[in-house]
Amino acid sequence: MADEREIRAMEPGLDPEAEDPSLAVVERVAEEAAKRGDGDEQVMTVNMGPHHPATHGVLRLVVSLEGERVLDVRPVVGYVHTGIEKSCEDKSYWKVIPFVERMDYLTYFFQMQAYCGCVEQLLGLEVPPRAQYLRVLHMELNRIHSHLVWLGTTALDLGAISMFWYCFRERDRILDLFEMSTGQRMHTRYFQVGGVFEDIPAGFADNVRAFCEEMPERIDQYAALLDRNEIFLHRTKDVGIVSRDRLLELGITGPLLRASGEPWDLRKVSDYLPYGDFDFNIPVGTVGDGYDRYRCRLQEMRESVRIISQAIEGLPEGPWIADDRKVVLPPRDELGTSMEALIHHFKLVTEGFRVPPSELYYPIESPRGELGCFVVADGSSKPARVHFRDPSFVNLQMLRDMCIGGLIADLIQNLGMLDPILGGIDR
Amino acid sequence: MPDAPGLELIAQEINGTHEGAVIETAHEHGAAALIVDPERVLDALRWLRDTPGQQYHFLASLHAADYLPGEPRFGVHYELLNMARVERVSVKALLRDPAAGNGAALGEGEVLPEIDSCVELFPTAEYHEREAYDFFGIRFRGHPDLRRILLPEDYVGWPLRRDFPIGGEPVLFTHNEIETPRWYE
Repeated sequence: MADEREIRAMEPGLDPEAEDPSLAVVERVAEEAAKRGDGDEQVMTVNMGPHHPATHGVLRLVVSLEGERVLDVRPVVGYVHTGIEKSCEDKSYWKVIPFVERMDYLTYFFQMQAYCGCVEQLLGLEVPPRAQYLRVLHMELNRIHSHLVWLGTTALDLGAISMFWYCFRERDRILDLFEMSTGQRMHTRYFQVGGVFEDIPAGFADNVRAFCEEMPERIDQYAALLDRNEIFLHRTKDVGIVSRDRLLELGITGPLLRASGEPWDLRKVSDYLPYGDFDFNIPVGTVGDGYDRYRCRLQEMRESVRIISQAIEGLPEGPWIADDRKVVLPPRDELGTSMEALIHHFKLVTEGFRVPPSELYYPIESPRGELGCFVVADGSSKPARVHFRDPSFVNLQMLRDMCIGGLIADLIQNLGMLDPILGGIDR
Repeated sequence: MPDAPGLELIAQEINGTHEGAVIETAHEHGAAALIVDPERVLDALRWLRDTPGQQYHFLASLHAADYLPGEPRFGVHYELLNMARVERVSVKALLRDPAAGNGAALGEGEVLPEIDSCVELFPTAEYHEREAYDFFGIRFRGHPDLRRILLPEDYVGWPLRRDFPIGGEPVLFTHNEIETPRWYE
């Protein structure tokens, strides 16, 4: 804080001896710096967060600044750590699903798929084709939902407040679809080990078709608002570039890696779900700056719409959950007539199913990159370890490379384009 | 991922250059795993990363597990990926618990299981290793900044170990702060 003499010096007319009062302050700062012997540099350490709207959650950044320039960024995480991985060890396999959904609260279908897929592979359980298609359908809706929240909040950080309203309007339509098919808007617990909880209701397909028809136009509108917006271009072009090699060293995946030109997408190279049946492209960037990251995600939404419309048109008939009575609950109508069904139901609800001793790492492509689920089974009806390799957690390591040497305003932009979800980071 | 004979070949080749580095191979659920000597884990990882024809450049994940009551007790898993061939191989190092049988001494003077850090080889491991340290108390030798990452710095204990109770600790509210004298210290 400036003391009284300084204030006097800064007020013209109060100190007749100083000709230009602001010059006097500059001289004094330079004198002090010379006395300390570090030239005219002044390093200031600023604490950003944990509670700050631009940190997209409860993220604390310890930022060393020289004027406006960022010298160092150290992320401090763990503020919303709730010990989900430990809690999972105390629940039977089917009761773990609602826990893992709540890690990354924007991509709940993906966590469910990572976990259920991992357990299914440990059990050697086949998922019926209709269930696989329904999973793809919901996951791609979820991908658009997640990208919409990202687009709305990041554009808001950069000053485009109307984007927030537009994105959340469309997001609400997706949540309406989720509510229709699963009964819940968020954290739906729709995927079960072996398939999905219920078939889609009558009318859902028409609503999805209507959404698929409208959404590309909406995305074009977002693009029209932002693509050549001068403020947006100035904030994002050539900002936060990290080389592709460095990204691979840091283990970055998802749109962040693709924006730098690496066409790596697990949906194309891995066969965890029948993505091979659908015709879609993997958008990649060229430079890897904030603008490329934005364009990649926008294009990904268009591709997801294409997958959804193909999935709803080609939805196979048949059961939506596997028929293995040792793992999957029997249908409700059998409980009244079949003693065996009643016994299976009782055993599954009270004890749960057992998984033979083994372990598996199961990666899928979430909107933020590689989401891996690692499950250790010890032969009992509870998992011995559930670990999630969350893409936000790993991608956060990139923030330093993005920000060092840049301006503090670019830090906000970089953090927005990084798209971290703190629920996923802290678990 | 490499098929079962391919995995055996990798194991033999590693053992050819680094005698005794690979102890065992496992191939289940369509996933390949090399079980390596924890003292030689960096040799195995470096071989898998740098040998032409292997080129597992990408460390997808690093995580730990506690196999209590199994022996050795702790496992550190490295999930390696070759993006060009879309092949995954998992490297697993099993660590003994040096504090086994010594009772539960927490805090100062506690003996922790140790393994070499692979941050030099794979910079992405920095957060993963901090997390494994945070939850399991596995000390990574040579890690540049081995501190707790998700739990508070002053936390005592390793909560994801299997013998850590789930019961929890009392939470301080205004209505029960008188029951915890001198809580503000």
